[in-house]
Amino acid sequence: MDKISIEPTPKTPLINFDPDKGHIEIRGRSIPENSLEFYKELLEWLDEYGNNPQAKTNVEVQLEYFNTSSSKCILDVFKALEGIHKKGGTEMVIHWYYEEDDEDMLEAGGDYEAIVTVPFEKIAIEEE
Amino acid sequence: MDLDIFEFYDKMEQSNIMLSFKGEITSDLLTSILQIMEAKLDNFEEKSKTKKRVYNVLVECLQNLYHHVDEVAPVDDRSKRARTAIFMIGKDEEMYNIMTGNYIITKNIPPLTEKMDRINKMDKDQLKALYKEILNNDSFSEKGGGGLGLVDIARRTGQKLGYNFKLIDDEYSFFSLDIKISHIN
Repeated sequence: MDKISIEPTPKTPLINFDPDKGHIEIRGRSIPENSLEFYKELLEWLDEYGNNPQAKTNVEVQLEYFNTSSSKCILDVFKALEGIHKKGGTEMVIHWYYEEDDEDMLEAGGDYEAIVTVPFEKIAIEEE
Repeated sequence: MDLDIFEFYDKMEQSNIMLSFKGEITSDLLTSILQIMEAKLDNFEEKSKTKKRVYNVLVECLQNLYHHVDEVAPVDDRSKRARTAIFMIGKDEEMYNIMTGNYIITKNIPPLTEKMDRINKMDKDQLKALYKEILNNDSFSEKGGGGLGLVDIARRTGQKLGYNFKLIDDEYSFFSLDIKISHIN
């Protein structure tokens, strides 16, 4: 599989996916009107990655904003990761970053953590 | 045109409106409005938490308009009018106030009213549970709605959704939504 890197826009996040290192990164804002279209590609890559994952898969999610349309797609991403994790071939942690006073983003991480079985680590970062 | 601009201006000034728009809601327009509002929120030196809350709620309100003007079929003259919407944001000593207005099909009022009344009766924990339930439900709509937007707004603001319907004719009504977000705590 090739490395994938998508540049951020005012409404969509940066995405880095390095299948050789088992590294998946989503960073920035995710507020597109049509989230399904944006996340479709990432879900397809994950599907392929799941056939032959690395021993360790590191997922980094650092969102500044996301809309409710994206929230479902992000859950789909986590569920795809959960599917890979459940097969047992890879150790996986989802790192969920939030600005230290952003209790809404911390709570959003907790919502996902309660739905998917992949281990979550919620990490506070200082405000920019 | 029999329109007194000063009267408009004065009303908006008295209501502390900082930005308003009336017209067709496009993706590019939303991008512009969000950029303008983000700059304004930076200028006001709001706490990061307040800024993010206002911005998030704004995104949901505007995207609700964007997705729902579509439902009113753009065929004849009347529905051309129906594709446009109004949006206003103001700020007083305690609250940001986001107001939106758009045409909806009259027969869609009862389910929408029921949804909003249900949300308005819920406390923080109930809203969180409902949010997770809708999020984790596979029958989520293609547009990403599924009613999650209104639940998210209620959850973030901790305020009741204010709403009103004005019957235009048998087919159409005008739906206005009034959202408040505290900036003092």
